[in-house]
Parts: sequence; C-alpha cells; structure tokens
Amino acid sequence: MILHRCVIVSILCKFRLHLKGFVIMCSAIKPSIQSICFSHAVFLSLQDCTFFTRKEILRLHGRYHELAPHLVPMDYTNEPDCKIPLALIVNMPELKENPFRNRIVESFSEDGMGNLSFNEFVDMFSVLSEMAPRELKAIYAFKIYDFNVDNYLCKEDLEKTLNKLTKEELTPEEVELVCEKTIEEADLDGDHKLSFADFENMISRAPDFLSTFHIRI
Amino acid sequence: GKKPASDDDDDDEDDEEEDEAPRGRRGANRKKLAKKRGGNDDEDESEDEPPKRKRGGAANKKKGGKAQDSDEEDSDVGKGKKGKKGGGKKGKKEEEEEETKGKKGDGKGKGKGKGKDDDKDKKKKKKKGDSSSDSNSNSSEEEESMSEGEMARLMEEVEEKKKLIANIRNKPWRMQRRLKLLKEAQEFVDKFEGALGKGKGRKWYAYKVMMTKVLMGLPYGSIPRKTVPRAEQDTAQDYSVLMDFNVSLASNLRPPAQTLPQACCTQPQGEHPLRGYCKYSVLFYGYYNDQRTVGVLKFRLPLSYLMVGIGTFGYSLMLVIRTMAKNADVGGGDGEDSDFTFAWKMFTSWDYLIGNAETADNKYASITTSFKESIVDEQENQKDENIHLRRFLRVLANFLITCSLGGSGYLIYFVVKRSQEFATRDDLSWYEKNEMEIVMSLLGLVCPPLFETIAELEDYHPRIALKWQLGRIFALFLGNLYTFLFALFDEVNTKLEEEQSIKNASIWAMKEYYANYSRLMNDSEATPPPMDPADVIRGPCWETAVGIEFVKLTVSDIQVSYLTILIGDFARAVIVRFLNYCWCWDLEAGFPSYGEFDISGNVLGLVFNQGMIWMGAFYAPGLVGINVLRLLSSMYYQCWAVMATNVPHERVFKASKSNNFYMGLLLLVLFLSLLPVVYTIMTLPPSFDCGPFSGKDKMFDIIMETIDLDLPAFMGTLFSYAANPGLIIPAVLLMVLAIYYLNSVSEAYQNSNMELKKKMKMARDEEKNRRNNADTTNQVMKDLEDLLPNRSLIPPAPPEPEKPPEQEPKPKPTKTKPGTAGKGVNLQKDVALASSNPNARGPVSRPPGPRGPGPGPGAGPGRGRGRGPPPR
Repeated sequence: MILHRCVIVSILCKFRLHLKGFVIMCSAIKPSIQSICFSHAVFLSLQDCTFFTRKEILRLHGRYHELAPHLVPMDYTNEPDCKIPLALIVNMPELKENPFRNRIVESFSEDGMGNLSFNEFVDMFSVLSEMAPRELKAIYAFKIYDFNVDNYLCKEDLEKTLNKLTKEELTPEEVELVCEKTIEEADLDGDHKLSFADFENMISRAPDFLSTFHIRI
Repeated sequence: GKKPASDDDDDDEDDEEEDEAPRGRRGANRKKLAKKRGGNDDEDESEDEPPKRKRGGAANKKKGGKAQDSDEEDSDVGKGKKGKKGGGKKGKKEEEEEETKGKKGDGKGKGKGKGKDDDKDKKKKKKKGDSSSDSNSNSSEEEESMSEGEMARLMEEVEEKKKLIANIRNKPWRMQRRLKLLKEAQEFVDKFEGALGKGKGRKWYAYKVMMTKVLMGLPYGSIPRKTVPRAEQDTAQDYSVLMDFNVSLASNLRPPAQTLPQACCTQPQGEHPLRGYCKYSVLFYGYYNDQRTVGVLKFRLPLSYLMVGIGTFGYSLMLVIRTMAKNADVGGGDGEDSDFTFAWKMFTSWDYLIGNAETADNKYASITTSFKESIVDEQENQKDENIHLRRFLRVLANFLITCSLGGSGYLIYFVVKRSQEFATRDDLSWYEKNEMEIVMSLLGLVCPPLFETIAELEDYHPRIALKWQLGRIFALFLGNLYTFLFALFDEVNTKLEEEQSIKNASIWAMKEYYANYSRLMNDSEATPPPMDPADVIRGPCWETAVGIEFVKLTVSDIQVSYLTILIGDFARAVIVRFLNYCWCWDLEAGFPSYGEFDISGNVLGLVFNQGMIWMGAFYAPGLVGINVLRLLSSMYYQCWAVMATNVPHERVFKASKSNNFYMGLLLLVLFLSLLPVVYTIMTLPPSFDCGPFSGKDKMFDIIMETIDLDLPAFMGTLFSYAANPGLIIPAVLLMVLAIYYLNSVSEAYQNSNMELKKKMKMARDEEKNRRNNADTTNQVMKDLEDLLPNRSLIPPAPPEPEKPPEQEPKPKPTKTKPGTAGKGVNLQKDVALASSNPNARGPVSRPPGPRGPGPGPGAGPGRGRGRGPPPR
C-alpha cells in the first residue's frame, strides 16, 4: 500500500520535472517490495537527522534495496551492517547522467571509496534534497568538486570539473584561461587555490546554486 | 604566547591560574560545593567582586562538564601548565579552549560590566564542547543532587541539547556521528527533562471542525441569474462557452409565453447574443444575487463578493512584492554582474536534476557554448565598428516595431468595433462570430517571431536583446489587451443605456400591474405578479457580458496555444524526423530543424495569462477554476511536447540574474489589470437586476450598508472620519515622505556597502601579501577535515609549508585585458595604504562567519593563524 502510494508520488514528482525523461518514470515502476521493517527508533532518529519524512525514508530504502537485492536485507530492525559499492549506486537513474556522480557518492561515503551504507545513502539524498539549507549544500558541493580530497579546490580540481562539464570539448588553452579566471574571481586570500571560505563566499551569491544542486528522488 | 594578548592580560591570567589551582583541587573532592559556588557566582555577581573569582567558578564548572580527562592538552604548550596545575578538565576540542581563553581576555578588556554575558557565553561554549565531543558521558552530573544554580544550568543544557536535536540535520557531519550524537542528546534530554519535572507535557489534539453547511435560502428579492429565461430556454442548448463557437444563430424572437406586462415588447431582445446555459451558471457574475444574508450563519454574500474581489488583488500584490523582496535579498543583485562569471558557470551550471541522457547531452553542449561565449567576451575588447550604421539600424528596428505595435492595436480596435456591429445582426458566420479572438490570437502568434527577426538588425548582446524582445512582446500583449478593454467599455456603456430603458420599462410595468391589481381586487395589499421567474424580462447585465468576453478570450488562448504546439512543434518534429530519410539535405541539422523551447516566451505567456485572470475574475469567478484546469493540463501537455518534440534553446540566456525581471513584469501586469477593475467598481453603476450589487448605485455602497446596519453606530462615525479627505491627504503625504526617507536610507546603505566592499578588497589584497598558510580555527574547516574519508588511515597531514610572507601574486597571464596591468600597480599602492592603518581594516579582514568572536580592536588579523595544525 505504502509502496503503491510512493510510486504514485514519485511519478507525480517526476512529471513535475520538465527536464526528466520518461526513462526514469518507467524505471520508477518496479516490481513491488513487500514489506520493509524498521524499528520505530530508527525512523525517529533518521527523521531527526535528515530532511525526510517517514514515507520518504521508506521509499529510499526501497530504492536502496533495489540496487542490490542480494546484499541488502529487507529487515532493517537491527540495523545490519551492509554497504553498497559505488558502481551500483552510480547507476541509479538520478545519478546516471551526472558528470560528478562518482564524486558525489565518494564524498558521502565514510571510507572515501564510494561504499555507502543505508545511513549514508539517506544522508546523501537528504543533503541534495530541496529542504537542505544553502550552507550545508555548499559544504558538500565543495567536497564534491574537491577531486583530490585536500580540502582545497586547486587548479587541477577545476580542470577536472571543467572537463567533466564540457566533455573535454574546450582546448587546453581555453581550459587554462577559464581556470585562471575562476581562481582569480573567487580566490580571496591569494593562495591560488580556493579554500572553503572562498568557495562559500562565491557560492552564497550564486543565483542558481540552490536550484541546480538538488536531486529529487 | 600564541594569542596576541597584551602583557596585562597575561598577568591576569597567571593570577587566575594561581587562584584556580587550590580551588581546583578542592573542587576535585567536593565538586558539588565548588559547583554550587560557581553557580552562585553567576547569579549574584556584584560590581566589586574580583573577576578572577568569577572565572575560577566558571573553570570549575567546566570541570564538571568534562568528566573525562584526556592527554591532549598536554601537547598544547601554552595550556599545559594551566591544565596540570589546575587539574581542570579541558574540552577535547582545542578550539573551544582557545575561544574560551579568548573570551577571558576579552572580558577582562571590556570590564566587569560584561562579565555576566561573558560567563554565559562560556557556558554555551562548554556545552557545545559537551555535545560535540564523542565520548562524553554525563556521568558526573548524574550523581549530583540539584541546587538552584544547578537546576538553571541543567535547564539551559537541556535547552541546548534540544536545539541540537532540532538542528542536527543542518550539521555537516557524517551520518554515523550524527546518529550517535542525536541518541546521546535524546537520552540526556529524556533523563533530565524528567528530573526537572517538565515531563512531556500534555498534548492537545486538534479536532477537525466540520463546517456546517450554509443553507442557501431560496432567492428572495431580485431573481438570480441561475434561472434561464424561458425565451432562451430552447435555444440555449450548449453547455459551455467552448461550444459557443458552434451555436447556430436561430433565434426566432419568440414572444414570452405569458405576455403579462405589455411593456416587455419594447425590450430590444434581439440584441442578446445567445450564450447558452453557461451564462447563467456559477461561472459568471450574474449567478449571484443580492440577498444580504444567506443561511443561519448570515453569510453576507455581496459583501464577501466585493471583499474577495478586492482581497485577491491585495493578496496577489503582497505576494508578488514579498517574492521580489526575497529575490532581491537572496540575489543581492546589484552591480556584481561580472564578479563571478566563470566561477558560477563552473560550479552551478550543471543541473543535478538531469536524469535523461538526451537532456544531459544538450546540457553539455549548452554549457560548452556558454563557456565559449564568455571566453570570447573575455578576449574581445571593444571593437571599432561603424557606429553610425549601428545607430541607424537600431532606430530603424525600433521604428518598424513601433509600426507593427500600432498596427496590431488598430487592427484589434477595428475588429472589436466590427464585432459590435455584428452583435446587432443575426446572419453571422462562424468566423464573424469569433473574429476578435482569432485576430488577437493570430497577432500573438505572428508578432513575436517578427520582432525577433527585426531585432536581428540591432545586433545587441544576447541578454540585452532578450530583454528588448520580452519588453516588446509584453507591450504587444498589453496593448492588445487594453485596446480590447477600451472597446469593451464602449460596449458596456451602450449596455448601460439599454439597461436603463429596460429598467424604466419594467418599473412602469410593475406600477401598471399594481395599479390594475388594486383596482380590480380593491385591495391595497401588494402581491407579486403571478409570473415565473424565468419569464421576467431582464437587463443585459453588462458584468456577465464582460466576464463572458474574458472567458472567451481565455478559451481561445488555450486553443491557440494547444494547436500551436500540436502543429508548430509536433507536426514539424514528425516531418523533420521522418522525411529526413528521403530528402536532399539534412533536415534535422539544416533548415527546419526541431522547434526550440522558448523558456522566456512561455514565462511571458504565463504572466500575461495571469493578468487576464486577475482582470476577469471579478466578473467571472469561475475563470479561476478554468484557468487552474488549463494550467494543470497544459503543464502535462507541454511537458510531453518538450520531451518529445523540442530541443533546448541554442543559447540560453536568463533575462536577469535574480528572477526579478519576470516578477517585475508580473507586478506591472497586476497593476495594470487592477486599474480597470477598480475603475468599474468605483464608477460604473452595477446592473439593476443581476449580481450581488443589484439595486445599489455603486458597488462599494455595500460596505457603507454593512457599516450602517451591522456595526455599532460609533463605528460608522469613525469610518466617516477616516474617509475624510482631510485625513487621507495627510496620510498620503506622510507615506510619500516615508518612501522618500526610506529611499535615502537605502541609498546611504548602498554607499556604505560600496565602502565596505572597497575595504574588503583592500584587506584581501593585503592578505595576499602577508599570507601564511597555516590553517584557521574555522569550525567549518574542522568539519570539512572531519569529513575526509577514513581519517584514521591517512597519516596526519604534515604542516603546510609556510609561504614566504611577501609573496606577490603571480603575474597575470597574457590573455587578460590590458587594464589589469594598471590594477597591479594600484594594488601595491592599496597595500601600502592599508598597512599604514591597521585599525581600519581590522574589522573586515575576515568574513563575519562562524570564526568565533572578533578580537578586540588591537588584536589584528594575525590571531589564530599562527598556530600549528590541530592535534589529530
């Protein structure tokens, strides 16, 4: 019953997105998941720690289970310790087309390799949800664009970002120029790489950041 | 000496440490006592109490909080002595310590007056340390019995925890840590809330109150328009306005079945256009009657009709303004156009919502184009070109566009006039009946592409060109709408005359009837004439007529937009797709291609549509419902069309950064649609026999009536005073002055903003020079570090090599504009200026973010930077 409703809701949500294709819509209608057991406490704490409602958490668990039915047990009452590898998560329709999909998953995994437990999985979509505040999103965006995980966006990171964004269609000179300009614009302290303070200062004024850094599930 | 504290401070601190030591030892044994004293110190702090003592108390309290000692502070050289001597327990986070220490110094500097605040701060800090340290079990607190101060402190702590629980989802922590902390906090709250006797509190259940049905009494007084007149009953067979287009005009002027008042023959019934049942439905103004109160609850229908009509405008106005203000706030969109072009493009241009391969490909393409564009913009200096030709072309383009605007206006006027002519005739073809709507829709269809073609002449930057284009289309729509309105008002005036004659005639007939009645029956008692409501002759009810025009306009608008999509996009896409197999050139890449989805045009259409609804809703309340249906259906329909047949715009340019461009248009439309409605409410007399205001001279008389009849008498006098021009004019004057004042204030703010920006830039340049690269004590940085994967596996990062302090920024690459060379020179000058006056740049040397308390004026920007990496 719940699942049924979930599917309807998700279809409606997806219809609302003009940019989302029907491919996703079809994939949202998957064979049913009978019953997912959670203890009440888990629900409450998850609700407190994320921006999701009970229903959405259930739906998320459905999706999580779907990714690796053999790995993830249905019964979550005693919080089993299981993780789904990056390769499986990245294939979710929500992430499949994202040029930064690997980085997204890696930044949310505790081991940095992209293996996500359910909690981290929920965390990921909570941060990317509509309700998350700008500051929180900024922090995770910074982490996502920080390819070499040194807490600074250096030129190397920017080049990678740019090449992913444009599918490497810019010439090296153009890439160089764009990265130079980006650093020049956003770097407040003159160390030729962007620290989080620089990044936040820049992103907090970006008009599109909230609307683009956002995944609906 | 890590923090730049004055000698004075150091001395004080030493004293404090000395003092702290014995107290601390004592406190170790009799913690409770010390704590109590600490709490009391907080409560009854007096002026002459030495600050040390207070501080000692605070430190002791701290001990209580941090039950578990750790060796960490030993590594901290500056604190080691203090930590060992006092035996005080330090928080795990060094940062907290630092801040607390800083606080102490601060507090001393500021004097005793601030002491209390300081203390509170400290408490908070401590608690934060509490809540964010992982292994903190509050064992020490559990054993204690409660004293007054203890209670207060605990309460505060509980509050703190509660706040943490509420905000934990906003913290950038790992989920595992979050869950753990949450659990701890919840346990803490549960335990101590019970102890404090607060309990869970009674829960109040909200009951849903069912609205009692308002029984609509039978219409009394004027006959509502719900009843279809007998004369129209057999011809009014269609069910919606939509069908109106196909109604054959076979109206034989039947005399009413009961020709009681002879006067009715004088009624110019032939002028009535046939509108079908819809005309008498809830869709239109005429449906409602002027019954003052309805049902047991005395629902005041006419009053609420007026209030809803005006309230809608007020609410929309408020909403639009609020949204605009919010957008302006968020966007901060003043002159920062070129500040972050590339950075924003780099970090916010990918839309994470994209989940479709084709869309993603398009997005990649459009991002690439936009980057290339900005690169070209960047490289391109102002070209020399023939400015005279450019000017001539622009003037020409504007001339052409003005011509076409005027032409379209005239065309509409002409058509409306003609339709009034047609209204008197019976033998109309389908085209002639719907000429006006068709012409208006066609104009809306043809003109925008025409404008776009003409705009090619002007050769503006795409963003400016888009603004012009939108402005022109807007002018076209608005001009058309207003021409249509003026023509409509002409019609309304003729209707009013006609109505006057009908009114006179029926009054005369009634008098006649009553005269006959009383003469025949010899009875002065007035009985209403035995007549079916459907047979009564009625006036034209101009309000309904206006409503009908708006509904027709909306419906035809729907039809046109749907047909456009079906033919212009879908058919084209099908042809391009399938004829491509057998065609001489590439249809997909070549000439016809697929239709582009024009975002700005669609938004403008929505804005315009909204304006029409605002205007028409007073006369046709059902229009709102129609529009909701239309918007819903068109959302899905257009969604399908976009997915199936359209390609994204080749160059997507937003008309404005802060979305306020469209909101501004919406506001303008709202204002312009407000005008005619308010005009009619204020000046035109309502129809005498239809609508909620029938029988009144003016629509707003209903308010007067309510004041007179329903409110106590003094309210009436109050309102009459309030409506006095002598009061209103000063009020308006005051408001104007207030606007003036606020305006100048905002200007002043803007100036100071600019000043601050300048200062920030200066500080930034200066910082570039004396940058040493140690990490900051920023909380956020800590969190970020915390989020690094597998901290335990990675060896502790070696301290970053310090950069030479006077490192100049690298020479700019050759591709930058020549102007930057001058900037470099400037920069050095700025630095020289800046460093000569350290006080001025102190406050702006760091963003006012979460970096902890600002240093005193003498502290300077170096504080907190020279320290080594946090021990991890």
